[in-house]
Amino acid sequence: MAAWLLVAGGSLHAETQAFGLEMPAADLTTETTTPAFGIIAQADPYTGDMMDPSLLGTDPESAERETVETDDDLMEEAVYEGLEETAADVDVLIQRLPEGSFNDRRRVAEELAATGDPRVPVILTALLEGRLLATADDPPHILIHAETGRGGRDALTGELVDADVIASGRRIPVHNPLRNALRNLIAVATISAPDPERRAASLRRLMRDDVSPDILAYLDERVELETDPRVTDLLLTVRALARLNVDDPEQRLESIALLRGSLLSEVRVRLEATATRDEDPEVREAARDALDSIESRIRFFRFTENLFFGLSAGSVLLLAAIGLAITFGVMGVINMAHGELIMIGAYTTWFIQTLIPGALSTSILLAIPAAFLVAGLVGVAMERGVIQFLYGRPLETLLATFGISLILQQTVRTLFSPLNRPVASPDWLSGSLYVNPILSLTWSRIYILIFAIGVFIALLLVMKKTSLGLKVRAVAQNRPMARALGVRTGWVDALTFGLGAGIAGVAGVALSQLTNVGPNMGQAYIIDSFMVVVFGGVGNLWGTLVGAMGLGMMTKFLEPHTGAVLAKILVLIFIILFIQRRPRGLFPKKGRAAEA
Amino acid sequence: MTQKHWLTSVRTPGIVLALSLFGATVQAEEPIKVGVLHSLSGTMAISETTLKDTVEMLVAEQNAKGGVLGRPLQAVVVDPASDWPLFAERTRQLLEQDQVDVIFGVWTSVARKSVLPVVEELNGILFYPVQYEGEESSRNIFYTGAAPNQQAIPAVDYLMNEYGIERWVLAGTDYVYPRTTNRILEAYLKANGVADEDIMINYTPFGHSDWQSIVADIKRFGEQGKPTAVVSTINGDANVPFYRELGNQGVSATDIPVIAFSVGEEELSGMDTRPLVGHLAAWNYFMSVDTPENAEFIEKWHAFIGDTNRVTNDPMEAHYIGFNMWVQAVEKAGTTDVDTVIDALKGVTVPNLTGGMAEMLVNHHITKPVLIGEIQEDGQFLVVWQTDDLIPGDAWSPHLPGSRDIIADWTPPISCGNFNTVTQTCSGQNY
Repeated sequence: MAAWLLVAGGSLHAETQAFGLEMPAADLTTETTTPAFGIIAQADPYTGDMMDPSLLGTDPESAERETVETDDDLMEEAVYEGLEETAADVDVLIQRLPEGSFNDRRRVAEELAATGDPRVPVILTALLEGRLLATADDPPHILIHAETGRGGRDALTGELVDADVIASGRRIPVHNPLRNALRNLIAVATISAPDPERRAASLRRLMRDDVSPDILAYLDERVELETDPRVTDLLLTVRALARLNVDDPEQRLESIALLRGSLLSEVRVRLEATATRDEDPEVREAARDALDSIESRIRFFRFTENLFFGLSAGSVLLLAAIGLAITFGVMGVINMAHGELIMIGAYTTWFIQTLIPGALSTSILLAIPAAFLVAGLVGVAMERGVIQFLYGRPLETLLATFGISLILQQTVRTLFSPLNRPVASPDWLSGSLYVNPILSLTWSRIYILIFAIGVFIALLLVMKKTSLGLKVRAVAQNRPMARALGVRTGWVDALTFGLGAGIAGVAGVALSQLTNVGPNMGQAYIIDSFMVVVFGGVGNLWGTLVGAMGLGMMTKFLEPHTGAVLAKILVLIFIILFIQRRPRGLFPKKGRAAEA
Repeated sequence: MTQKHWLTSVRTPGIVLALSLFGATVQAEEPIKVGVLHSLSGTMAISETTLKDTVEMLVAEQNAKGGVLGRPLQAVVVDPASDWPLFAERTRQLLEQDQVDVIFGVWTSVARKSVLPVVEELNGILFYPVQYEGEESSRNIFYTGAAPNQQAIPAVDYLMNEYGIERWVLAGTDYVYPRTTNRILEAYLKANGVADEDIMINYTPFGHSDWQSIVADIKRFGEQGKPTAVVSTINGDANVPFYRELGNQGVSATDIPVIAFSVGEEELSGMDTRPLVGHLAAWNYFMSVDTPENAEFIEKWHAFIGDTNRVTNDPMEAHYIGFNMWVQAVEKAGTTDVDTVIDALKGVTVPNLTGGMAEMLVNHHITKPVLIGEIQEDGQFLVVWQTDDLIPGDAWSPHLPGSRDIIADWTPPISCGNFNTVTQTCSGQNY
């Protein structure tokens, strides 16, 4: 049994055995690099030649080659080229995969792994990713669906298979516990894989279980050979974790010193255990000390994270409120249908996405001007059709626009059904920017923050630098005088309202990436929008920016202590008290215009 | 024979037309009125409209078979518009003005609580098709959805046994169903030796959309070296941003699985399912269940609604069971008289869609299988586990101190929905 890779944590240990690591320990010292891990040890998956021991070593050229050729399809192909007459076992075993329960499947996977056949990791990876298919024949043919496209190959022979044969295959189902088991099996098989990403993934997997000191010698070996700096880091961490269990207290102290800066949760858990359970008081002390220093770093990053959460919550508020800052802030129209304009923008996004299904990025980018136009036109129609007759009668405007909001909602319900519409995100809007194990910022939130600021600046420029902006401000300040100077106030009103509505539509595009697209979505934002505009000061765009960011921050810094429900209530109470003290908001209009 | 002829012709999509014609032929008999009390506008329309269609389909189908007691059925549809007080008003309207013989409807617990006194006062029958928090049993209501012991408890058992979960996040929307369910779950987990610090409870407002901090908290909670799972009673609209945030922050279903009690096929059809794949849901029915009854039901539904992309879900099955139970009870009783039908309903068994027989119990709940499904990319569920037997629904949870000694039994000599077995007293309804 491979004594150099005994993992104390049970499951991994068993799977290590399962992979048939029949390499004598002595081999380590002589034949350095390639332990008998599944495929990679026996044959280079690309060429079928016996593997060059320097492949994982220091030769920069080969290291470069690896990174270029890590395409999975290539790998799959190569496995079959290098195939010798290994085991008829695999052919028999694999046919048992489609039958039985998940646990049966798991046992078959373990038996497959134990054969050490080069095809097995490829087959297990396909199974894990839901790309392993079985035909209805008896016995079934097992096929591997290619990662992209509709083609695929036979899992046993590696021959390419027609797309319609692939289409006739049924996916072999996997569930989460089975996925975890498969990952462990694959991790063990890929610990010395040519692709550094795979090696890193394998090590991360290894770290989860209690790493025992038995694998130290092997880890030392790997540290020497590793060329990729990130994998080396991981290796050092894993080695330090393993050394936490050695008998020599000096070595344990050394490990603690090395682990001091690490933010990985596995490290914290193990240090915590050392700090409470180690028999040597000095080691306990050191571990506690290291934990404290880690904790203080974590506190800093958590604060940064909270700051980002606050900014991001603020950017959503800003997007939702900024259109209202125009219609309500500048024109004084209490537009209760503002949320529905956001909804129209979101539906436009969905509509464009269904028109061009393949191109997610293009459809999102196209949706921005489209939503602006659609929502803007609806806004102009609202203004010309209803609101223009109600200027100076705020209560009636409120009722009329509330009615319009109900009409718009029910129209959408009748046209598109009351069910929510699915809007997909392009890849660049999913996932997160990884800074360290504590801090990672989600891409969608980052883009929306940038987008919100962009919209804000654009709007500011329109108001300050264009002739439309000048007229809007003139009409807002003194309507009769503006009219006397030849401004067509009716036309300006319609355009201003259209601008506010259009921006609400643009907000809808962004919000479709965060939340549901359904007939009711607007209602979730109407109260928040009014809150922001009133808090920031009616008629002041900068006030809206500060108000939105302030309220976002406040909510996010309250939430961890009070929970989401109470945080919301506290923010509302704060605004009520604030408005009592300063009825005109943070940045009230000054001068004569304020009196009007 | 006319009846036979009609039976075959309705297999075509022209069901509705065929039925209205059929209705005309048996006009001589007075129709039996079936009330449908589901919101067709407002927030709940998203879920409830489908159930209205389901009852209409069942009524049409029954009429095609010749109605009940030789009389045709007539659906009386009202719209309570997701407005809780309006639910009570519409119920009164159905029972007093329209004189319906049975009502199928209501979704939210708060709406049921507002309808309950009205159906009791006017002595109606209500079939309630949604999973709920339990702690209730009315003489006039038949609960065909799951009680907590038919959904939440088996789900937790599954995670404990199959995943070895030791740390639990109970996340829910802030209203009565999640709060009661989580109280039961918390008591159950503690009884199973889970420590206080291994349970995190979190409530969010309706339609909550900013999940950043909460997901970060969950992630942190799950990093303590013990396997962690989220039990989600998060309702409706808040789910999309929740799962999206989980996906974006890199929490995968194999790290921290989320098991949901309110996410079904219907909800998934309005979501981008990619971030949800691999997460779990516990229900008593999935559209993907492979039985002949289910295949027939789906086929009929597609024909009725005229769209083969529409999905079926758990509350639809509950209406299917409830409707068939009521039909059988009326036929057994030979009358639509409410008191006789209520008595006849006890012990009625009808096939469910997952291959078993649902029985109406004396506490007005039914027997159901429990299924755990993993969400697939196409918005369907892959059944990964199910109970061997049907589980009888508990009106009162044995895990809560207040309700441990209470049972519901609507047969003599107890005839009470709230009977304390220790003091041997019936304390009447307690809502």
